[in-house]
Amino acid sequence: MQSYLEFEKPLAEIEGKAEELRAMARASAEMDVEKEAVALDKKAAQLLKDLYKDLTPWRKAQVARHPGRPHCKDYIERLFTEYTPLAGDRNFADDHAIMGGLARLNGRAVMVIGHEKGQDTQSRIERNFGMARPEGYRKAIRLMDLADRFGVPVVTLVDTPGAYPGKGAEERGQSEAIARSTEKCLKIGVPLVSVIIGEGGSGGAVALATANRVAMLEHSIYSVISPEGCASILWKDAEKMREAAEALRLTAQDLHKLGVIDRIIAEPTGGAQRDRAAAIDSVGACIEDMLAKLSGLGRDDLIRERRKKFLNMGGKGLAA
Amino acid sequence: MNWISNYVRPKINSLFSRREVPENLWTKCPECGTMLFHRELADNLNVCTNCDHHMQLVPRDRFTALFDNGVFVEVEVPLPTADPLHFRDQKKYPERLKAAQKQTGEKEAMLVAEGEIGRTPIVAAAQDFSFMAGSMGMYVGNAIIAAAERAVELKRPLILFSAAGGARMQEGILSLMQMPRTTVAVEMLRDAGLPYIVVLTHPTTGGVTASYAMLGDVHIAEPNALICFAGPRVIEQTIREKLPEGFQRAEYLLDHGMLDRVTHRRDMKLELVTITRMLMGLPPAVMGDLPPPDLPAEEPEPTPEPKAAE
Ligand SMILES: [Zn+2]
Repeated sequence: MQSYLEFEKPLAEIEGKAEELRAMARASAEMDVEKEAVALDKKAAQLLKDLYKDLTPWRKAQVARHPGRPHCKDYIERLFTEYTPLAGDRNFADDHAIMGGLARLNGRAVMVIGHEKGQDTQSRIERNFGMARPEGYRKAIRLMDLADRFGVPVVTLVDTPGAYPGKGAEERGQSEAIARSTEKCLKIGVPLVSVIIGEGGSGGAVALATANRVAMLEHSIYSVISPEGCASILWKDAEKMREAAEALRLTAQDLHKLGVIDRIIAEPTGGAQRDRAAAIDSVGACIEDMLAKLSGLGRDDLIRERRKKFLNMGGKGLAA
Repeated sequence: MNWISNYVRPKINSLFSRREVPENLWTKCPECGTMLFHRELADNLNVCTNCDHHMQLVPRDRFTALFDNGVFVEVEVPLPTADPLHFRDQKKYPERLKAAQKQTGEKEAMLVAEGEIGRTPIVAAAQDFSFMAGSMGMYVGNAIIAAAERAVELKRPLILFSAAGGARMQEGILSLMQMPRTTVAVEMLRDAGLPYIVVLTHPTTGGVTASYAMLGDVHIAEPNALICFAGPRVIEQTIREKLPEGFQRAEYLLDHGMLDRVTHRRDMKLELVTITRMLMGLPPAVMGDLPPPDLPAEEPEPTPEPKAAE
């Protein structure tokens, strides 16, 4: 079942009509509606193309959060073999909002770590909607450290609305956990590549995305604050999220211009949710290529170039 | 939301209070309501003489109180690209910046300086909450990097006073990128084997807490400072329950293992001197007015007249 975003409503109507026609034809043998249905299909395909050709930042935010979009778990299942989940922060708990473990990508051993939002009510609650607590970041730190000591490259998949704003999370040092995770990213002497596959929400994303190479899916977003949050603070009106999304420059395209990310990965027409397998494979190819380009660098070089990359960041603004 | 109580009343109140309190003479303690004479308050480092409430202290005043004889040299901070995103909400970002500059007389939300405290050479950086809520953007990032580089160059400890509402939203993703950027600055100090001491002042929140403010070798906070990642209001909205008394205040964080110490502002200098000297392998501080120990031997200067104790 395709689920539609608000701006896709006209598309839903056409696709619904085509579906209806075909259902009617199946019910009575003498009806021939195929020609009509094909025409509708064509119309829908064109509309889809038009809708996605030039998405506004707010629409991109909606696509980035689309429930049908592939999540970390889907990427791990399709791209990696021998995935061996590793759990726990050895201190307090295992946080299911961040998953990770050893796995092979095209035969090469890597440590894969990512935020997982869950895909139905039960798993969403289990995963806390991808909002990690300190234990999640501390697990990530532990896995990065393990990878570092055994020379295993690290791949992170970022998809989080942000770190969890909860009482226990604060008491157990949410800030410190995020800060240490970012610090660990900067310290490891193995290649670290990151892909923002959906939402890159603020510090909770940075904690995993301080990488040698950062790529973003075409319709994913990466921002210091959600458009709604920014609107309610700066416009004093959460309904101004469209304006806030514009102003924040949170799209892959703007972030690439600003030099904050290195690559944009094209999505299938209509977004990753329309052809999950194709989207996942494109991400896989990008990760493989980014890792290959880093494979010649030694420990010190990797650390030095990662630090330099972030030190130099922001040197240029957007052209006027 | 009650329009009258939230909008009209504060306006009327501020009108009245302005009349009641001539700006240059008295300040009302926001905690206990005591009227405090400005000079008296300034002499007490902006700490209420009645209830010990620690009010904001702007970096320049803090440094004047911190450095020996109030002497410090500013460390230059490279200016970043202005308004990199061409950001505008209800106002244009450059207009907000200009207004903050006019109001505070400062360039931006962080001041970096070098000098001596208790005759211990240090580099210090202090965030200015009065400048756009101390928010962290490219300039603050540049300031922390400049402070770390200067500390490494001079082989001195870095003492950083944090105070911020969080990231500078008007710089969007570039404000977020200050989290890894400033962390690189902290790494420079670690690599050079130099102490990095963080003094967390009210309030230190958001991305600032989740980067350089929580990466210190030693964490000291001022009493009752709010220190958090997510603010109490956001948390209450998320979990829909009342938060405990003192939640996310300095003493609460101390109890939960996030801080080393909570220290009154009047004792801060001595404590910083004590800690940095031990970490730097220096002998105990000689307080009082002995001549500086490292005067060049070949040109002995006349012993200065003993001054009154500070
Ligand atoms: Zn008071």
